[in-house]
Amino acid sequence: MTSDSIKNNRNKNKNMTKWFSDISFLRESQIMKIHYITGVGALFVVAIHIMMRLIMPFNMSLEFENVILNYKNIFYALLLESILVLIAIHGFNGLRVILLELRQTQIWERGVNILVIVAMIGIIAYGTRTIIIANGFSLG
Amino acid sequence: MKIFKKDKTKKITNERSLEIERERSNKSTSSSSSSNQKSKKLRIFRINAVQNPNDVPHFDEFQVPVKRWTTVLDALLDAKSYQDSSIGIRYSCRMASCGSCGMKINGIPRLACYTKISDLDTNTITCEPLPNFPYIRDLVTDFSQFFAHHRSVMPFIQNKKADIPDVNELSEYEQSPQDLDKFLQFSYCIKCGLCYSACPTVATDLKFPGPQALSQAYRYYADSRDSDKSNRLKVIDTSHGIWRCHFAGSCSNVCPKGVDPALGIQLLRSHLLGISNSEKKIAKLQDRSNNNSYREELEEEEEEEEK
Ligand code: HEM
Ligand code: SF4
Ligand code: FES
Repeated sequence: MTSDSIKNNRNKNKNMTKWFSDISFLRESQIMKIHYITGVGALFVVAIHIMMRLIMPFNMSLEFENVILNYKNIFYALLLESILVLIAIHGFNGLRVILLELRQTQIWERGVNILVIVAMIGIIAYGTRTIIIANGFSLG
Repeated sequence: MKIFKKDKTKKITNERSLEIERERSNKSTSSSSSSNQKSKKLRIFRINAVQNPNDVPHFDEFQVPVKRWTTVLDALLDAKSYQDSSIGIRYSCRMASCGSCGMKINGIPRLACYTKISDLDTNTITCEPLPNFPYIRDLVTDFSQFFAHHRSVMPFIQNKKADIPDVNELSEYEQSPQDLDKFLQFSYCIKCGLCYSACPTVATDLKFPGPQALSQAYRYYADSRDSDKSNRLKVIDTSHGIWRCHFAGSCSNVCPKGVDPALGIQLLRSHLLGISNSEKKIAKLQDRSNNNSYREELEEEEEEEEK
């Protein structure tokens, strides 16, 4: 946002807009665009993920060997990674939206923002680690 | 806003009111149009939040005469005139154009002057203040927050470059009927606050501008005479702004003026997401301040494409 446009904002929301673009680097419309894209994207990859349970009898598909085999397939590993990233971004932003409406103090809003960003990064890092380790079996 | 715990029902039975009732029932039995004149029970929410912030709300009941065309406002004024002059009501035009008599009638936000008792089809009419507004007294609520939200979207045309030759002379500010149609329904809003009181997001998030302000943001955004488009979008594109609408649609259900605030919100969102590019071009073409330069730009683009 340019300093000019900030000056032009003649209402109370002015400071809020500035404050939030400071912390999240994104405008709300950009965040929500990401939210919708990741939501629809998740729908798609989760559908593939669920359908993969049907290529063999359901029980068998969840046996240890078969699960590890899935991870070893690089395309499937990438699919799992994209599910992880999409759901983490979408889910935690969804949680942010829900929590933001509960209270309207700046401390709460800043806390919620930090919480969801940290949780998002944490979950993605931990999940990615799992995928890499499981995939590593085939290499090693 | 207060959450009330007790529903203390007090029946107004002072002598004067009984007397009036007797008079009325005598009249109605003696008159030939006795079927026209019935009486119904009016339950009115009572509180005096300003004088006594700890006041516990209760309902008072009044028996009021009702004809085929009696509105809830008529009934309230009847009760106020003949039974209890302390009933707090706000009204002015009595014809659904000032927007001051909004209240919850039988559980739904409506205009008292625009709600006929015969249409309600119940023997008891319950009047409560509008939800999502702080109480002042009885059916009168505090609209400060609501109006502040309305003001925040800059509900006026802004166009410094408008070619009005002489501001002291009457001059025409042209707008084609097609351009008018883009926002006409939204300009019928009377700021009654019914949509605001029906909105589930407003109920939890006081910083949310609400359907009224957001649909007015669209009304001025879509006005071809307005030029400050990007600033308009910026104001509502905040963490408590337009994105906190969750498509409940209650606003459009209760609007007494046929405005569809939910539609305005979705249209504005499509502009914010940039999925209505062609509309933007049309809007720019129609924006008189940029008219010539943009048209030239477009022509240049077209020429380049041809090459
Ligand atoms: C992890 C838990 C999840 C949370 C907390 C969550 C939360 C949300 C929220 C708050 C919205 C916005 C609704 C609105 O603005 O009214 C939304 C939209 C959406 N979500 Fe999720 N979501 C989750 C998981 C998912 C999953 C797993 C999928 C798909 C497989 C999904 C698909 C969508 C889609 C397509 C939308 C767009 C439609 C809309 O905005 O209403 N979500 N989600
Ligand atoms: S949009 Fe309709 S319900 Fe909302 S304030 Fe305007 S007239 Fe009233
Ligand atoms: S009294 Fe004016 S709208 Fe009802």
